[in-house]
Amino acid sequence: MIPLSWYLVFAALLFCIGLYGVLARKNAIGILLGIELMLNAVNVNLIAFWRYRSPGGIAGQAFAIIVFAVAAAEVAVGLALIISIYRRRSSVVANDMNMMKW
Amino acid sequence: MSTELMIWLLPLPPLLAFFLIVLFTNRYKALSHSLAVGAALLSWLGSMVVFFRAISTEHLGTHPFESVLNWLPTGNNWFQIGIRIDPLSAATLFFVAWTVLMIFIYSVGYHNYGQPAGDHDKKGLQPHGATITDEHGHRHVVPSIEPMYSRFFAFIGLFAFGMYTLVVSNNLLTLFVGWEIMGLCSYLLIGFWYQKPTARAAMIKAFITTRVGDVFMLLGIAYLYSSIGSLSYSDIFKPETLQTLASTPAIGGFLGLSAAGMIGILLFIGTIGKSAQWPLHVWLPDAMEGPTPVSAMIHAATMVSAGVYMVIRMFPLLQAGSEGGHLTPAMSLLAVIGTFTAIFAATIALAQNDIKRVLAYSTISQLGYMIAALGIGAYVAAAFHLFTHAFFKALLFLGSGSVIHGVEHGVLHTGEKVDPQDMFNMGGLRKKMPITFWTFLIGGFALSGFPLITAGFWSKDEILADAFANGHWVVFVTLALAAFITAFYTMRQITLTFLGEPRSDSAHHAQETPWTMTLPLVVLAIFAISLGWAGIAESFPVIGNLIPNFVHEFVGGTLIEMPEALPFTVIPLLVSVVAALGGLTLGWLVYRNQKAGAEDPLKATLGPVHTLLKNKYYFDEIYDTVFVRPAYWLADNFTNQILDRGIIDGILHFIARVASNVGTIFRNYFDKPVVNGFGDFVGEGVKRVGRTIKVIQTGKVQQYLLMALVLVFGAMFYFVFSFFGH
Repeated sequence: MIPLSWYLVFAALLFCIGLYGVLARKNAIGILLGIELMLNAVNVNLIAFWRYRSPGGIAGQAFAIIVFAVAAAEVAVGLALIISIYRRRSSVVANDMNMMKW
Repeated sequence: MSTELMIWLLPLPPLLAFFLIVLFTNRYKALSHSLAVGAALLSWLGSMVVFFRAISTEHLGTHPFESVLNWLPTGNNWFQIGIRIDPLSAATLFFVAWTVLMIFIYSVGYHNYGQPAGDHDKKGLQPHGATITDEHGHRHVVPSIEPMYSRFFAFIGLFAFGMYTLVVSNNLLTLFVGWEIMGLCSYLLIGFWYQKPTARAAMIKAFITTRVGDVFMLLGIAYLYSSIGSLSYSDIFKPETLQTLASTPAIGGFLGLSAAGMIGILLFIGTIGKSAQWPLHVWLPDAMEGPTPVSAMIHAATMVSAGVYMVIRMFPLLQAGSEGGHLTPAMSLLAVIGTFTAIFAATIALAQNDIKRVLAYSTISQLGYMIAALGIGAYVAAAFHLFTHAFFKALLFLGSGSVIHGVEHGVLHTGEKVDPQDMFNMGGLRKKMPITFWTFLIGGFALSGFPLITAGFWSKDEILADAFANGHWVVFVTLALAAFITAFYTMRQITLTFLGEPRSDSAHHAQETPWTMTLPLVVLAIFAISLGWAGIAESFPVIGNLIPNFVHEFVGGTLIEMPEALPFTVIPLLVSVVAALGGLTLGWLVYRNQKAGAEDPLKATLGPVHTLLKNKYYFDEIYDTVFVRPAYWLADNFTNQILDRGIIDGILHFIARVASNVGTIFRNYFDKPVVNGFGDFVGEGVKRVGRTIKVIQTGKVQQYLLMALVLVFGAMFYFVFSFFGH
């Protein structure tokens, strides 16, 4: 059986890839994708810990499903925002979206 | 109604009238005078009932009508006030009620009720007359109604209240209250025409001068209260109380007086002020600035009589300690002051030209008679002269007011610029104003003591007889001389005013006054004659036995020991007859041919003495130099400059400066740096911090995320190292 640490290393790598994407990509959709990766890395962690530590309970699965739902909602809102910004500014570059500063 | 209750109520109607007029009816002249006269009538009616009940009561002197109320709590006890009608106050009540009522009625006419309002009359000035056009189109100037008509009636109402209170009181405190109310009314009424500077000066002079006496009187009252713990007459006049007071030496052994003598003298100083005796006589002649009914009421019939009434009342106290007919020091003082005032004022009256001022000085002189009579122990004679004098002097004053009124009518008619009060502008008024003339003649003869007919003769004769019988020669001679001078100046006045020919157009056009003024004159004239019959000495030849000596029996009964009636002696009688008739004849001879514009014949005869008399022995000037100017000087230089501006203002300014300096220090070293500094620091600090850190808010989401990451790493390192640190 594959040891738990493999899953954790995989999840950490996935999280770092997502994080890098979020910080480094210019495209807002890319940033959104990075966030999805980070969320799913967390999901992998949740499921792995559930399977190896407390397989009797359902807390890990339940959290993973809640994270899915949050991620889906987040993507829906995020994409809608990006589309709206694109319509106004014809751009999806994250650095152009600086209307929130003082 | 019980007599006591009625006595309680006697003073109240005029007080009620005062308040009603002041508060409600000030605008309605007819209503106001109806209220005042109605109140006077009510009090008069009550007084008459009380008086007649009093004279029909046996032994009223020992069992007076008396009733008391608890008033002020004094420790375990009460200070009681109450009313008391004994023979003396009953008789006083009689003349007060009559004169007050007559003067109230007279005031209606005097203030020109029923006349049109004046053309240019102002409040606080005498009415100047109104122009009317009759049916033929002629224009006349007629007297105009007093602008402050109601106010006058309110004041005399209050005055009447004061007088009634004084008379019915059974103790010195309420007597003093009435006394001071009258003092206030006197002030208000002398200055009734307050826009005249002379009236203002006169009102202040009267008030301050009488105040000098009142302070001493109050001291006397306080001394008496501290000695015997009561002020009611029945307590004071108990023989044992008097005995104690007479044998106790006064505080500090002052001049070797007894306590009784000291109290008596202090109270008497109050009388000197109120009854205008020398040396506090100066206010009374100036008080003639007031309207004539005021002069009659306050300065002849009632208020100045109150002073004499008070010393007559206090006679047992003054007499306490006298043995074997010797005078006590207090009585000697009375005798000296009274006698001196009698002759002193009479001489001044010789040289006055103002009809009212002559009467004012004669009032001072006659009050001096009463004081002198009391000083030599002639209790009944003093009281008798007080009663008769009140009537004939009120009559004379009202008569003089009527004369002035008549001449003023002439002044308005002719438009002449003459003083309607100067007797040298009059003359021949006998035919123009017959009622005034006859009544004035009766009053004048009563004042001079015209033998047998007039009241003044009987009372004055009794004083002289008393002085003669008890061997007070100086008093006797001086008073007889004063009687002669009195007769002389009275006849001078009558001759100049009524006899001969008019000496001015105004006198020529003088007119008899309305019935409201002549009726009181007639009533008072009846008393000026008939009152004397009540006091004819029984030892008097022929007529002495016809009428009982009512005054002696009745008033004498007030004292515990009834004074003895004097045996008849012919010398004082002859002296007073000669003085009266001689003075009258001489007065007539000297002045009967007085021509218009001619000088007073006395001026040539007396020379510089006349100037001295004319200027009233320069007493006003002396007082001005000795008291008034130093007082002003002291007020200005000491009180104002040094005390007020220097010391008091200095202290205040110092406190203000210290406070101001302390304030500046607080402001500069605490408020500005600390309080303001802290506030500014907080505000500026927040602003600066915000300005400094706003650069990190770039609006770029990735930078935010990067910062969050850095912080998370930082936090993580911190926790990890602090975890391994333990």
